[in-house]
Amino acid sequence: MRKLLTLKELSKKEILLSSGHRLCSGCGAPTVVKMVLLASDYPVIASNATGCLEVSSCISDYTAWKIPWIHNAFENAAATISGVETMYRSLKKQGKIDKEIKFIAFGGDGGTYDIGLQSLSGAMERGHDMLYICYDNEAYMNTGIQRSSATPYGADTTTRPAGSVIPGKTEQRKNLTRIMAAHNIPYVAQASPSHWMDLMKKVQKAWEIKGPKFMNIISPCNRGWRSRTDDAILLSRLAVETCHWPLYEIENGVTRITFKPKEKKPIVDFLKPQGRFKHLFSFENEWILKKLQEDIDREWKRLQKESSSEKEGGSSPS
Amino acid sequence: MAKIVAITGNEAVAHALRQVDPDVCAAYPITPQTDMMQRFSSFVSDGLVKTELILVESEHSAMSSCVGASAAGGRVITATSSQGLALMWEILFIASGTRLPIIMPVVNRALSAPLNIHGDHSDAMGARDTGWIQLWSENAQEAYDNTIQAFRIAEHMDIRLPVMICLDGFIISHSIERMEYLEDEEVRNFVGEFKQLNPLLDLGHPVSYGPLILPDYYMEYRKAQDEVASKVSSVVLEVAEDFEKLSGRKYGLFETYRLEDAEIGLVIVNSAAGTSKDVVDEFRDRGIKAGLLKPRLYRPFPYKETGEALKHLKAVCVLDRADAFGGSFGPVYLDIATSLYQYKKKPILINKIYGLGGRDYLPEHAELVLNELAEIAKTGTVKSYKEYISVRE
Ligand SMILES: Cc1ncc(C[n+]2csc(CCOP(=O)(O)OP(=O)(O)O)c2C)c(N)n1
Ligand code: SF4
Ligand SMILES: [Mg+2]
Repeated sequence: MRKLLTLKELSKKEILLSSGHRLCSGCGAPTVVKMVLLASDYPVIASNATGCLEVSSCISDYTAWKIPWIHNAFENAAATISGVETMYRSLKKQGKIDKEIKFIAFGGDGGTYDIGLQSLSGAMERGHDMLYICYDNEAYMNTGIQRSSATPYGADTTTRPAGSVIPGKTEQRKNLTRIMAAHNIPYVAQASPSHWMDLMKKVQKAWEIKGPKFMNIISPCNRGWRSRTDDAILLSRLAVETCHWPLYEIENGVTRITFKPKEKKPIVDFLKPQGRFKHLFSFENEWILKKLQEDIDREWKRLQKESSSEKEGGSSPS
Repeated sequence: MAKIVAITGNEAVAHALRQVDPDVCAAYPITPQTDMMQRFSSFVSDGLVKTELILVESEHSAMSSCVGASAAGGRVITATSSQGLALMWEILFIASGTRLPIIMPVVNRALSAPLNIHGDHSDAMGARDTGWIQLWSENAQEAYDNTIQAFRIAEHMDIRLPVMICLDGFIISHSIERMEYLEDEEVRNFVGEFKQLNPLLDLGHPVSYGPLILPDYYMEYRKAQDEVASKVSSVVLEVAEDFEKLSGRKYGLFETYRLEDAEIGLVIVNSAAGTSKDVVDEFRDRGIKAGLLKPRLYRPFPYKETGEALKHLKAVCVLDRADAFGGSFGPVYLDIATSLYQYKKKPILINKIYGLGGRDYLPEHAELVLNELAEIAKTGTVKSYKEYISVRE
């Protein structure tokens, strides 16, 4: 029962994260959440890992959430919602509940790539009927912009500041989306709020698939990225168009790129507007720009090969 | 009609859980608890319960998923020991702070390092101030009875707090004892139906669990939690009274053994209390007025009642199967000392640390301690206020 994703239809739907929350203006996270919830035609219950989204959306006695919502701790959003979903199955089996309900977990990159990875992996392996959404702003923002394993190479963070000896982060991003795909779960996808139709289609698709689903969504943070307040959508678009954040999905093991930039932009287009990469544009750090571009080209090539070879194999993803 | 059986502590508790038939159970293996959850899992596989299992990847996720399941709205259990309880520590506070009536048997075991899988109380004693209710059990029968009563206590409308049922690793969990089961029907009627307040699954009334509370209201919230804790004793007694009607077995906040007219006494929790009672009898036979107090409701600790029960003695030794390192006393000693402090006339109080990492506690140890107490009662002089017993120099 997928509803049409037209602006006309969507404008009739209730926004399930109310305004008045205390996220920074221009933050990408509430936009991501609103899009995800807007794409859901079923009742949804959510868990939320500790982080910017959580601390700013439910400060006693107020809540911005119009859906049932639970925050437990930082590293356990997946385990928490797995408990909620299991209780749902138990009560349903006993005939005490009959409604169709969907379950979702929201976690930041720190709460997902790092401290919550075990909890997420466990929940996915156990096969709970749930969707995990990582809103990836590429650092621990709530505690003040510390590096995470999602932080890009070279970025300036408060725990790996760009100094006169160390030029910011000197480790590569972890490719979490691939790690989740390696769980052989039925649906894994990457999305961006700049491509809202693509994002919402993926959420709709996820709800029609039984079992564990994972979506990684880029979520610009103007505080941590040191960018203009109103640039969240612009930057997430540049992330996609430079292939820093390719849009693709892996459905039952079959990879499909869902958006191919007409012209792949150079990574510097994404880096330039962000203060966290400012130091990379000095002569002695030129090698980092080169490395970043090479890494992206290699991964984009790999991804294209992965999706095209599967197409040749005869499957035709919808 | 009660059924008399010979079974282990783990099996007894597993049966109590089967009889209650909870909605969700999270399970993860750790010695000496493992076999309790294994047994429960086989009840699930054989369709003897309606419970859905969550076979988690860690105890941290066990407690995390219990929090989710309980908030969702239903009866939730898990069980653990030692390192597993330590790994849950963060979420123990969240379970109690969120007022979720989760039930968790803890099969007491030592903590690493050094690694040791045998019984002592370091695990649950370390979690004594997490806001959970703790019921301690001397034997399989008590562990079984406490487990059944725990549901009524946890789910009482004035309480709504999680409960740990503590039993000694191996000594009780793996030894076969005689005990009596209640009928399934009797247990089910005793615990009754459970209804969660504000369940997450109630779509008609969407609620938010786990808010951020700033300094403007955090303290009021904590005070409210403390006030709830102060109501636990009376609920424990009320439930015990109902349980006695059903089973004929009497429970209180603690058990006193030949304590009323005693001059010297031991305070000791769990299995070692049984051994100690035998030795108290021997001393009584010799005309020495010995007695014993065995805490049952250890958290929230019934300070007033405990102090009243002990204040008339001349000398008391608290035996702790866990230590609070750094020259301080064992945890039970600290609570007993607090319960007696307000009295002008009070017993001399000494502390012995015994049985760590499964070291045997034998009648001769109780005998040595009681002899020392008799001497202290006579002379009023104490050689050492705190000492490890049955240990190499
Ligand atoms: C066990 C634990 N360790 C550390 C913290 C402190 N902490 C709270 S939020 C946070 C950062 C969250 O980062 P992320 O998940 O990326 O979300 P963001 O704030 O960036 O949206 C940290 C480190 C905590 N709450 N719990
Ligand atoms: S710090 Fe960044 S992620 Fe956090 S609320 Fe502000 S903009 Fe959003
Ligand atoms: Mg982050």
